[in-house]
Amino acid sequence: MTSELDIFVGNTTLIDEDVYRLWLDGYSVSDAVALRVRSGILEQTGATAAVLQSDTMDHYRTFQMLERLLHAPPKLLHQLIFQIPPSRQALLIERYYAFDEAFVREVLGKKLSKGTKKDLDDISTKTGITLKSCRRQFDNFKRVFKVVEEMRGSLVDNIQQHFLLSDRLARDYAAIVFFANNRFETGKKKLQYLSFGDFAFCAELMIQNWTLGAVGEAPTDPDPQADDMDMDLDKEFLQDLKELKVLVADKDLLDLHKSLVCTALRGKLGVFSEMEANFKNLSRGLVNVAAKLTHNKDVRDLFVDLVEKFVEPCRSDHWPLNDVRLFLNQYAASVHSLDGFRHQALWDRYMGTLRGCLLRLCHD
Amino acid sequence: MPGKLKVKIVAGRHLPVMDRASDLTDAFVEVKFGNTTFKTDVYLKSLNPQWNSEWFKFEVDDEDLQDEPLQITVLDHDTYSANDAIGKVYIDIDPLLYSEAATVISGWFPIYDTIHGIRGEINVVVKVDLFNDLNRFRQSSCGVKFFCTTSIPKCYRAVIIHGFVEELVVNEDPEYQWIDRIRTPRASNEARQRLISLMSGELQRKIGLKVLEMRGNAVVGYLQCFDLEGESGLVVRAIGTACTLDKLSSPAAFLPACNSPSKEMKEIPFNEDPNPNTHSSGPSTPLKNQTYSFSPSKSYSRQSSSSDTDLSLTPKTGMGSGSAGKEGGPFKALLRQQTQSALEQREFPFFTLTAFPPGFLVHVGGVVSARSVKLLDRIHNPDEPETRDAWWAEIRQEIKSHAKALGCHAVVGYSESTSICEEVCILSASGTAAVLNPRFLQDGTVEGCLEQRLEENLPAGCGFCHIPYDELNMPFPAHLTYCYNCRKQKVPDVLFTTIDLPMDAAVIGKGCLIQARLCRLKKKAQAEANATAISNLLPFMEYEVHTQLMNKLKLKGMNALFGLRIQISVGENMLMGLASATGVYLAALPTPGGIQIAGKTPNDGSYEQHISHMQKKINDTIAKNKELYEINPPICEEIIGSPIPEPRQRSRLLRSQSESSDEVTELDLSHGKKDAFVLEIDDTDAMEDVHSLLTDVPPPSGFYSCNTEIMPGINNWTSEIQMFTSVRVIRLSSLNLTNQALNKNFNDLCENLLKSLYFKLRSMIPCCLCHVNFTVSLPEDELIQVTVTAVAITFDKNQALQTTKTHAEKSLQRASTDNEELLQFPLELCSDSLPSHPFPPAKEHLESASSNSGIPAAQRATSVDYSSFADRCSSWIELIKLKAQTIRRGSIKTTVTVEKASPVGEGNFRNRSSPPCANSTVGVVKMTPLSFIPGAKITKYLGIINMFFIRETTSLREEGGVSGFLHAFIAEVFAMVRAHVAALGGNAVVSYIMKQCVFMENPNKNQAQCLINVSGDAVVFVRESELEVVSTQQPAATCQPSCTGGEVTT
Repeated sequence: MTSELDIFVGNTTLIDEDVYRLWLDGYSVSDAVALRVRSGILEQTGATAAVLQSDTMDHYRTFQMLERLLHAPPKLLHQLIFQIPPSRQALLIERYYAFDEAFVREVLGKKLSKGTKKDLDDISTKTGITLKSCRRQFDNFKRVFKVVEEMRGSLVDNIQQHFLLSDRLARDYAAIVFFANNRFETGKKKLQYLSFGDFAFCAELMIQNWTLGAVGEAPTDPDPQADDMDMDLDKEFLQDLKELKVLVADKDLLDLHKSLVCTALRGKLGVFSEMEANFKNLSRGLVNVAAKLTHNKDVRDLFVDLVEKFVEPCRSDHWPLNDVRLFLNQYAASVHSLDGFRHQALWDRYMGTLRGCLLRLCHD
Repeated sequence: MPGKLKVKIVAGRHLPVMDRASDLTDAFVEVKFGNTTFKTDVYLKSLNPQWNSEWFKFEVDDEDLQDEPLQITVLDHDTYSANDAIGKVYIDIDPLLYSEAATVISGWFPIYDTIHGIRGEINVVVKVDLFNDLNRFRQSSCGVKFFCTTSIPKCYRAVIIHGFVEELVVNEDPEYQWIDRIRTPRASNEARQRLISLMSGELQRKIGLKVLEMRGNAVVGYLQCFDLEGESGLVVRAIGTACTLDKLSSPAAFLPACNSPSKEMKEIPFNEDPNPNTHSSGPSTPLKNQTYSFSPSKSYSRQSSSSDTDLSLTPKTGMGSGSAGKEGGPFKALLRQQTQSALEQREFPFFTLTAFPPGFLVHVGGVVSARSVKLLDRIHNPDEPETRDAWWAEIRQEIKSHAKALGCHAVVGYSESTSICEEVCILSASGTAAVLNPRFLQDGTVEGCLEQRLEENLPAGCGFCHIPYDELNMPFPAHLTYCYNCRKQKVPDVLFTTIDLPMDAAVIGKGCLIQARLCRLKKKAQAEANATAISNLLPFMEYEVHTQLMNKLKLKGMNALFGLRIQISVGENMLMGLASATGVYLAALPTPGGIQIAGKTPNDGSYEQHISHMQKKINDTIAKNKELYEINPPICEEIIGSPIPEPRQRSRLLRSQSESSDEVTELDLSHGKKDAFVLEIDDTDAMEDVHSLLTDVPPPSGFYSCNTEIMPGINNWTSEIQMFTSVRVIRLSSLNLTNQALNKNFNDLCENLLKSLYFKLRSMIPCCLCHVNFTVSLPEDELIQVTVTAVAITFDKNQALQTTKTHAEKSLQRASTDNEELLQFPLELCSDSLPSHPFPPAKEHLESASSNSGIPAAQRATSVDYSSFADRCSSWIELIKLKAQTIRRGSIKTTVTVEKASPVGEGNFRNRSSPPCANSTVGVVKMTPLSFIPGAKITKYLGIINMFFIRETTSLREEGGVSGFLHAFIAEVFAMVRAHVAALGGNAVVSYIMKQCVFMENPNKNQAQCLINVSGDAVVFVRESELEVVSTQQPAATCQPSCTGGEVTT
């Protein structure tokens, strides 16, 4: 006796959260059944393995049918085939678009292309996440990227509207899309200590301040229809950043800046002497990073540079985080007192964001 | 020209990509009714076209309106080649033809293609203007209401129950016409769908005509079936019960009650008081008759006065113990005469109802069934389907005579079915022989006084168990005792019926699903020989099925079966029997004896030991079951309830009345062995039986199951319901084809299926699977297909334990809208408690009466309420979308990109005032095979849903194999049913049934085909909690029932 056909269809579509998780994690039906057996469900319910097999198959089939709709979540809301309560719809979508930290760290900043997709095998082996799950996550990134790529307006809002994600998840996706678009290098060994959250935090600050969208949303903007793209860095702004070079090129200005900072921080900093000794190096590093951003290649290396030029020196001198904060605040603020320096607004736009990023990047 | 049909095509969405080059579609729509076709403009390059067409108007006969479906075809325009069809929507416009139902059909319908399934949706608005008084046109029967529900629909009252209506139409099956060889599968499927739609329209119209002839206005318990006879044609047949129904919520009658409910209701019993005898007569009260004074209809107020005078006669019926036993006889005889006169003019006194207005069912005789094996031949002249008619007439005649043999004049819970394999067809009919109260069967004027008196005499809760047949001249050897409830009349020791458990029945403990399963091998044969072989096997199968049922019933410690349905299916090389029923312990019937095992070879020691071991196991199981189902009848009754010593002397009076019992009913077999229920295990076969008895596993704790409408012993349903269909097909390995192996396979299949259901629905515990409906078929040589449809309903466990409230709650639950039943209710309580306090219980039902009178208000508010209900459904998704929407609205430029990127947004962006999310939530439509929705009140019936779909695939593997294919198809069928209900303005389907699910596969060719036929009643329901709020907030006023339409569909 073999079962040829075995189905269960409810008027309200049954969704088993545990099976959904197994499916999302890319387990085959037999693996999923084995895992469920191990969870002790048979003992709890008095069911047999055959029942579990049939149940798992049913759910997998349902999920496969739902997957097509999950690719465009608004479709899931409008469709008539599966009657699913709204709270369950939300759960389906949220879980489908959720991703693994380990996986996202591997592809963050990489081009979401076929080439990267081919490397998923390696990523799967490296992270222990099933290839199927890697593919789903990668395809999700790519799908979101494709949809919002050409779109104007707030990146997070666009993602939320077209994929109906929760606020938190939409912000994460905005970061992923932003990184993929700007191809920031995140895979270098010296960046390994950084989490996805660190990068996402930086991405959010950069989107808010360094993109075209950031300019467009400024209240002073006379033209509300101006480009308000969130994905690309503001090219003009990057060009202008060259002007900051004067801060390190002009020796007087650099000395004045240093003395202003040192005066203000004397006695407040545990690592004052180290700071004093390193001031010029650090300042040169930060200003040079800004000045280089006109080249795509250097944009990609932004995080590498920041870590090399600022985070690592601080770390080697064992700066406490609070000292880093005090220093950066003072370093940014003192520029306002430099009479010879005329790019105050530009400096604030650059340093405001960078300060936030650097503070986040400074940890072990 | 009595009707104008108006159709407007509004928009489409989620259309498939038809042009690979542009990834878009140039869609237009053809709207066809009869022979007239209209077309919309082509909407270029969009997957979400906005046609916003003019109103297409069809001027048609109402005959066509009833027969024809509205056919909407969505096509992709192609300049150079033929236009490609995307899919179709068939809309049955019948619900628009009677005034009380829907006024408009408006909503999103799935676009269905028989090859690709659902491909997007289309928004359509349909209206009908009727010009004339339609009842003058005898060819049409517009205005007759149809209900699938097998009881009097909740918001109606039965004035008269006229009786059986049947009709069948035949045609050639398009699949077998010569043209099928040259046309595409799609064309062939569509021809079939259209033909069946036409035929069922015609059938419904013809049945409607018969109803009008009988002066009825509705068909209740309407059951339509298709027989796919292959080469020999296609038969569509239907049966039903013609009734004259009165809408209950007529505001004039209820408003006063609503304003001062307590006063009104209290006075009524006191008005009746001038006749004190009725109260002293104990269990029976005159309240039932009083019902009529509530009725707005004139003829009934007259009747109520006549019944008042009748009541003064009641003292004559002595209520002293024992005397009733004597008097019962003559009464029975008189009643018989009465009913006979009422039923005699009818060819078939059959009723498809399974639940009845109180007082309608007087006695139940038992199950009657008849089967016949026929050889199919080609239907030569479709206009004269005489052969098929004759076949059914023959069977019905047999049923009628069986009923007579049981001393009954009517058959209730009647149904018919067929099983076809190649050219052999088994026709089956079954029902429950019963004696009915003629009061409902004819106009009030004809009514005599007799039945009234008899009613008085009938104790509530057990009357229907009393035997209708003559004790001395019993049609089969039965074991009679005095009724354990009233001790006045005789009852059998077991009772099998096809009806639902009567509401007032006194039940001990809970019920459970009982199934008998059986396979019999048969030699492959042709034509006559085959038919003969099957005919020879049938009696044995029936016998074994009955024995199994009886054994299992005893094993459960129960004494009655309700909702019994025995299905015998025929295949190439085997017959399968599947009987399902709900077992209960009726308080009126004696405690069932245990099961004793007797061996044939007593001298063998180890054998003896084995026997005694088995015996112990059985006894343990019985004890366990009694505990599980809470069966603990009062023990003292055992002594009193011993068999009656002298039945002979008393019944001589009745001799003249006794029926000719030369007819041998099928029931003989099952009743063969009585008190000492001995199982002889003299051979391995019987051994198997005993084993299989013990292998049935009880459902896990927290689960109950039954195949009737309500679960005996559970009454406090909570509102969560989950209807489902499950299908399994197993392939038998041809090596082990013995009867025993077959039985085991089949048994395992059913048991595993049930286990799976319990597992899947475990999150609903405590819950009950109600209306569990198994269908078995043998699609191919070694394949067995089992289809189950049921509904899981959650209940409140804590309250369930308080069995004392059972009766009150049960009647409130089911009868809350039916005034008659409300009034019946104190009567039940009296029978349980003391005759001295008939009024305290009345208080309780005052509450329900007041909520009952709130119906008009509720109806008015339905539209408002429902939309708010939908609002509540919306989750943060909508919030997010709204938020996103408001943000976007700032810039105009952005919309361009949005249109390109999001197919969903497009249509709505044109109309910027309404963001897409506002109308995004698809309204929830509940589906249930039951006639009610727990925790809710049905306020309106919108019409019958009767849909037939074919799905075919030539890429079976790609669609996920047979399981993937059928899973998707059934989900699509549900979706289409829901969409149609929503478009009618409804939010639920009740009495839903999947009548056919024919699945055929050819894995070698990567092909499969499936036909599904479903039906049910589209309704509007309002949650009881909301109802209360509404009725307290708003003063009652007249309402327009029509206002409920439309809003729900958003």
